Amino acid sequence: MNFSLVSQYSGFLLRGAGLTIVMALGSIILGCLLGTVLGLMRVSSSKPLSLFSGAYLQIFRGTPMLLQIMFIFFAIPQIYNMMTGSFFNWKPEIAGIIALGMNSGAYIAEIIRAGIQGVDIGQTEASRALGLTQHQTMQLVILPQALRRVIPPLCNEFIVLLKDTSLISSIGAKELMYRSRSMGVTTYDFVSFLAGAAIVYFCLTFILTQASSWVERRLAVSD
Amino acid sequence: MIKVSNLHKYFGNNHVLKGIDLEVEKGTVVCIIGPSGSGKSTLLRCINLLEAPSKGHVLIDGTDITDPKQNINALRTEVGMVFQRFNLFPHMTVLDNITLAPIKVRGMAEKDAQDLAKALLKRVGLADKADAYPKQLSGGQQQRVAIARALAMKPKYFLFDEPTSALDPELVGEVLDVMKSMALEGTTMVVVTHEMGFAREVADRVVFMDDGVILEDKPPEILFTRPENPRTKSFLDRVL
Repeated sequence: MNFSLVSQYSGFLLRGAGLTIVMALGSIILGCLLGTVLGLMRVSSSKPLSLFSGAYLQIFRGTPMLLQIMFIFFAIPQIYNMMTGSFFNWKPEIAGIIALGMNSGAYIAEIIRAGIQGVDIGQTEASRALGLTQHQTMQLVILPQALRRVIPPLCNEFIVLLKDTSLISSIGAKELMYRSRSMGVTTYDFVSFLAGAAIVYFCLTFILTQASSWVERRLAVSD
Repeated sequence: MIKVSNLHKYFGNNHVLKGIDLEVEKGTVVCIIGPSGSGKSTLLRCINLLEAPSKGHVLIDGTDITDPKQNINALRTEVGMVFQRFNLFPHMTVLDNITLAPIKVRGMAEKDAQDLAKALLKRVGLADKADAYPKQLSGGQQQRVAIARALAMKPKYFLFDEPTSALDPELVGEVLDVMKSMALEGTTMVVVTHEMGFAREVADRVVFMDDGVILEDKPPEILFTRPENPRTKSFLDRVL
């Protein structure tokens, strides 16, 4: 065990942490976009939209994240090849962000749905009775209230997502997990490098939690 | 005027309204009384389509709102509603609660809507509460804001769904006072209420409902003193 090795290679590890942050941000953005669309589809009165969203949810919640990452990285190029005869390859970072984003989209959709359905039905009735359209009601009355409710579970999801970027190391993205493991292998000092990575992950999630409770306090002012 | 004819409403197998006929002339106040579960609120909610009638017609100034081709949003702007539980928007200030619909639905300029809202707040005795959030107000104050919010759309008709039932007894009076002043100005109102004193004093007609049908529809001085139907009689004996 030799922690001075960790500080010696800290630049190498921090570049990995940088990639971890970029991939987490990328998949959070993708997940939020997908999740909002899927969540709205889930509560919409259109049967096909609601069914599609339900099926998407079942598939992405019902299979392992690691499998989804590998499927997108290895299997999608193969399927593309079978269908078109030509070749393409993902960068593992891109495939990883897509896999994580699509997976968290399913969970975020459920968070959004619960947030919308948690708003008192009287709010919709009052809006419609005033003559607001369904769209205006959703945009001006329901979503702003749902937003307050979804922040704690959403923050939880972001933390899970941040940590799950470590799974992308399995397809060769050189992020924090990948680099600390390979340094462990090279130096036979797993304790120092894995502990070092753990501290970085912990700091990142800690910042996220603090940011979320700050946002929550800001929004709580009015209610 | 509002004309309800042969209105039926089912919730699953539950037959809640069993052929309601009701007319409300412009400028009149009609109070609907009756025991809980008699269908009073459901009838009210059918008049602005918060509930879809299962059968029958609701005509507002001759327009059949049960016709699926009608623009229901436009019709709803003519029929204001005040709810038992106020249903103010908790994320907006009192002023924004009132100006939202005039701006977004009527297309009123923001400044004009704010002036209107301030005038209405003054009218309901809450001129100093424009910047407060609903949670900071008492129930009676919230309900008065809700009335101001409905007034801001300048609807031709007002529906009140048990507007004082969720209030502490000492706050009922301030809401009824606002409603009385509206009645005095000739506002057309349909009021589902348990406040018999209000019905007796303000209503032009009192409608007694029980088990999904209208049993009596008379001026208050007749209904309260000489009820004909034995069920009306026994209900009034219990509540008066």
